[in-house]
Amino acid sequence: MTLVVSDLCVDHGAIRAISGVCFEVGKGQLAAVIGANGAGKTTLLRTLSGLKSTSSGTAFWNGHDLLHAKPEQLVRLGISHVSEGKSVIPELTVEENLNLGALWRSNGAEAPATLIQVLATFPRLAERRSQLADTLSGGERQMLAIGRALMSKPELLLLDEPSLGLAPLVIAQIFQSIRDLTSAMGLTVVLVEQNAMSALKIADIGIVLNLGSVVVSDTAKNLIENPQVRAAYLGY
Amino acid sequence: MYQFINTVLNGITSGAIFSLMAIALVLVWRSTRVINFAQSGMALLSTYIGFECIQRLHSFWIALPLSMIAGAFFAALVDTFFMRVLFRRTADGPISGVAPIIATLGLLGLIRSSLGMIVGNSDASIRPPVSNVGFTVSGHTLAFSPLKLMTLSMVIALMLGLTLVFQRTNLGLALRASAYAPEIARLAGVRVDAIRTIGWALAGAAGAAAGMLQTPNGNGALAPDSLEFNLLLVFGFIAAVIGGLESLVGAVVGGLVLGLFLAFIQYYVSGSLVFIAAFCILIIVLLLKPKGLLGSKAGRRA
Repeated sequence: MTLVVSDLCVDHGAIRAISGVCFEVGKGQLAAVIGANGAGKTTLLRTLSGLKSTSSGTAFWNGHDLLHAKPEQLVRLGISHVSEGKSVIPELTVEENLNLGALWRSNGAEAPATLIQVLATFPRLAERRSQLADTLSGGERQMLAIGRALMSKPELLLLDEPSLGLAPLVIAQIFQSIRDLTSAMGLTVVLVEQNAMSALKIADIGIVLNLGSVVVSDTAKNLIENPQVRAAYLGY
Repeated sequence: MYQFINTVLNGITSGAIFSLMAIALVLVWRSTRVINFAQSGMALLSTYIGFECIQRLHSFWIALPLSMIAGAFFAALVDTFFMRVLFRRTADGPISGVAPIIATLGLLGLIRSSLGMIVGNSDASIRPPVSNVGFTVSGHTLAFSPLKLMTLSMVIALMLGLTLVFQRTNLGLALRASAYAPEIARLAGVRVDAIRTIGWALAGAAGAAAGMLQTPNGNGALAPDSLEFNLLLVFGFIAAVIGGLESLVGAVVGGLVLGLFLAFIQYYVSGSLVFIAAFCILIIVLLLKPKGLLGSKAGRRA
């Protein structure tokens, strides 16, 4: 049960956004991908979830090829992607947003049980169940986006900048839930973050991207102590 | 007073048919960003199929659902084998936004001329399934007839059905999600392409119903170059734009506003001004509320 990415190259038109990226994430691990704006973090995730096509390289999840599948097929292989910027649908209610994640599961009988689980994980969502997602705060939207992904019963969760635009206190809350979920549900998580310190604190391993290439990858603990990483990304 | 009630009832009835056509246009627009000008051609084709069913089965009530099924099926074919290919081919070009819309105009011509070749000048007409003689209330004969009552109730029933599908079923949730945010819907596992085809099919069925109900309410005649169906498309389009183009409720409101307005113009001003009046109200609404009467986020949801 591993995610194996090797020699991945992705182009935006004439510009190479990702070049020769290799890494591995084991089952149940939380991997933080950190790096500055424009390092290729989002492109990497969009490629893994089938939204963006690759130029060369391979990526496998449990032996399934990720690079030639559509997002809706990858969801069926247990891969859920929460895209950047609180990916919820504002015109739908909280409950509808959540149910959306379970629509594809043909044995819909399980969905209500999953819904109860997700609402127990994020009690704030339970309170706002029948409200439009449009009325939620930024933090609640992020919870809803993650909750929707969980409704698909994923094994691999791809999270794109869950801290974007949130207050520090809310970020701490969200990151704690991500850590708890990973452990409780045995999820494998790839977390893309500009907020390097928060991400590394909850991660098992860390991958540092710069200008589309892996600069260093190591255990999160070692990265936090690595003087170069500290200077460049952690700010002290 | 009788004149007033007459006008209101007739306005609501014709407005209800415009609403059906507007719903068909909105369903396609909000999920694919295409104004389907071929909708009137598709409705015409479905109505011809309905006419053939009436000839063989002698029942309007069986022919109506058959014609709607045919309309749905044809629309699904158009989306699968025509629009999808077109979208793939023009995806990155400079005309990506316009090409599919222009293509629907071409499709309209194609359907009409093919129909012309098949049916030629043969007489086709759909007789009203119920009496078109107005109800009599205390000695006054109203223009509102059993036929109009039937038309109105059919449209209301169809709209209730559509509302139930959209608001209460998993398919409805998938349809709304695919229309509002296709990328998020895909990431949630919704097969957006297939759902769009279902959206086209629903639009095809709504257009077929509009054609089948409009024809006996007019002079009943069917022809490949029918003016009636051109007007249906134009008025349906105006109704959809008045309602904001994004919302199904907006389409219904737009249709009723247009129907009532035109009825009052016809009875109280002049029958020959109806066509111009339709464009006047379009311009007035767009000047006052450029996003349409229900063109806000709340409207999009409805």
